[in-house]
Amino acid sequence: MAVIETTDLTKRYGDLVAVDRLNLRVEEGEIFGLLGPNGAGKTTTVLMLLGLTEPSAGTARVCGHDPTRDPLAVKRIVGYLPDSVGFYEDLTAWQNLAYTADLNDLPMAETKRRIAEVLDRVGLTDVAHKRVGTYSRGMRQRLGIADVLLKHPQVVILDEPTIGLDPEATVDLLDFIRHLARSERMTVIVSSHQLPQVQRICDRVGIFSQGKLIAQGAIDQLGRQLFGAEFMLVEAQVRPLNDQTVTLLRGIPGVERVEPNRDAVLLALSRDARADVVRQLVKSGVDILAMRVRGSALEEIYMRYFQHA
Amino acid sequence: MPGLAPVFRKEIADHFSSRRFLILLALIFIAGLAATYVAAQSIRDAVTSSGAQARFIFLLLFTASNGQLPPFVAFISFLGPLLGLALGFDAINSEHSRGTLSRVLAQPVYRDAVINGKFLAGLTTIVVMIVAIGLILSGLGLRLIGIPPTAEEILRLTSFFAVTAVYVAFWMSLAIMFSIFFRQAATSALAGMAVWIVCTFFVGMLSGIMANLLVPLGPDATLADVVRLQDTQQALARLSPVTLYGEATFTLLSPTARTLMPLQLLGLLPEARGMVLTPLPWIMSLQLVWPQIVGLVALTVVCFVISYIRFMRQEIRA
Repeated sequence: MAVIETTDLTKRYGDLVAVDRLNLRVEEGEIFGLLGPNGAGKTTTVLMLLGLTEPSAGTARVCGHDPTRDPLAVKRIVGYLPDSVGFYEDLTAWQNLAYTADLNDLPMAETKRRIAEVLDRVGLTDVAHKRVGTYSRGMRQRLGIADVLLKHPQVVILDEPTIGLDPEATVDLLDFIRHLARSERMTVIVSSHQLPQVQRICDRVGIFSQGKLIAQGAIDQLGRQLFGAEFMLVEAQVRPLNDQTVTLLRGIPGVERVEPNRDAVLLALSRDARADVVRQLVKSGVDILAMRVRGSALEEIYMRYFQHA
Repeated sequence: MPGLAPVFRKEIADHFSSRRFLILLALIFIAGLAATYVAAQSIRDAVTSSGAQARFIFLLLFTASNGQLPPFVAFISFLGPLLGLALGFDAINSEHSRGTLSRVLAQPVYRDAVINGKFLAGLTTIVVMIVAIGLILSGLGLRLIGIPPTAEEILRLTSFFAVTAVYVAFWMSLAIMFSIFFRQAATSALAGMAVWIVCTFFVGMLSGIMANLLVPLGPDATLADVVRLQDTQQALARLSPVTLYGEATFTLLSPTARTLMPLQLLGLLPEARGMVLTPLPWIMSLQLVWPQIVGLVALTVVCFVISYIRFMRQEIRA
């Protein structure tokens, strides 16, 4: 069953189309990445899924509920971590969570139990009674996760969860999210503009650009979907780099495209043909000084769309 | 309504524990204590000079002054707006700027629970505070002068404090409205202060100037012209809630006030000749200023309705 399904979901602000006829399907237990540059319509999509913004056209379904008609039913089962999540600075972490629990109408005993549970999970038990004003960025983000988990959601939506975190904290948080989704069978939607992060944890991704979903699918399929046959980009530093070498490279099966640069050549491969390339070059007396995978085609296409936006 | 009670509880807790509230409470409390004490000290002179009003000694505690310190009524009409503004000026915009609004609204609550909860919590805070100050000052006055208030005086004081609560609620309502329209808390506070200062200091002057322009008095002006000028000036001044509050409280606390027209002018009118300054019963004083009270309530409601509509339509993202 699709946990989240949208049909031609559209949001217009005046002349600006923030989200353009979005058709999205997220299955249960999946980690889905919404990938796209800032302003591509990711947050607007998320707000529409939660019923915090009304769509201009189209419909959305979250676990069978319509967020526009019945926002409370959706908000009861969806945990949302906004980008730049904020807390009441004068209150302690515990008090902040207690307020969320109160808004969710949890009884007091249950509130206490759940707060202890979620604080323990995110590792903030020791500082539970410190004012949030004294928290670091990473701690706030973890508190945000605790806040989301408090209502025992079926679906978790995280909007730019790693923004402003240092690399180590980013990795920790991502691994935690991944672990969580797997251990609880929760459906997770992560919106981000950083491809490596999405690649690290997501089963499937949808790429947003200017309000449109330009591609969606599993990460390794996505490159193919967008780029035709190519799925790997390899940069090789060879000597000599002349027309003869280029012709030679073009003749190797699996090499789709050859782009000679100043001192290196960029190869787009439709299969992992690196060994063949090396063998052929050595056989023809061309020296290979270096060879490295420059990333997947996904990265390439993503960068290209990023520049457009 | 889901969410109203939690928002209300949190806001009440916030108000009563905020430094801002404690400072204002202390300020109003000290002003009240000083004014009541001074009034009690000079009450003998006040009683002799106030003639018919001498039957209402207890009320004099709140209206009498020795000329050095203003009476409590004057203090509260000045500090009340400040209290209201302080309770509301960052109600919504601070939730926006801290990023807490989207988190709260992602919980299963209706959006209007937030603004209704905040408004009700502010209102409750104001009522609790004013009732507390009223009772403390009355108690103090009772100790100082030793004359208990009559039933009539109790009614008058109760209605005075009720009108004061409405007055402060208006300023809070205005401040909440500004907190929705202005994203910066400082801007919203300044806007509130600007309205407060204009209403307190400038409306009186401006209404005089405007009235003179609208109803110019020639050298052959009749008494009717003078009355007309006076009416125009008063009508203009009544655009300000400060004027409405001033008239309402003056009438409620001065049983001899039979009209809101200035006394000098009243003396000129033939029909007013021989009018005895006997005190009015409470209900008639209330009737006299009922329009003022309704006006204050209406202004409060208008501000709230504008806030409500604007808040419901506002985009959640900054």
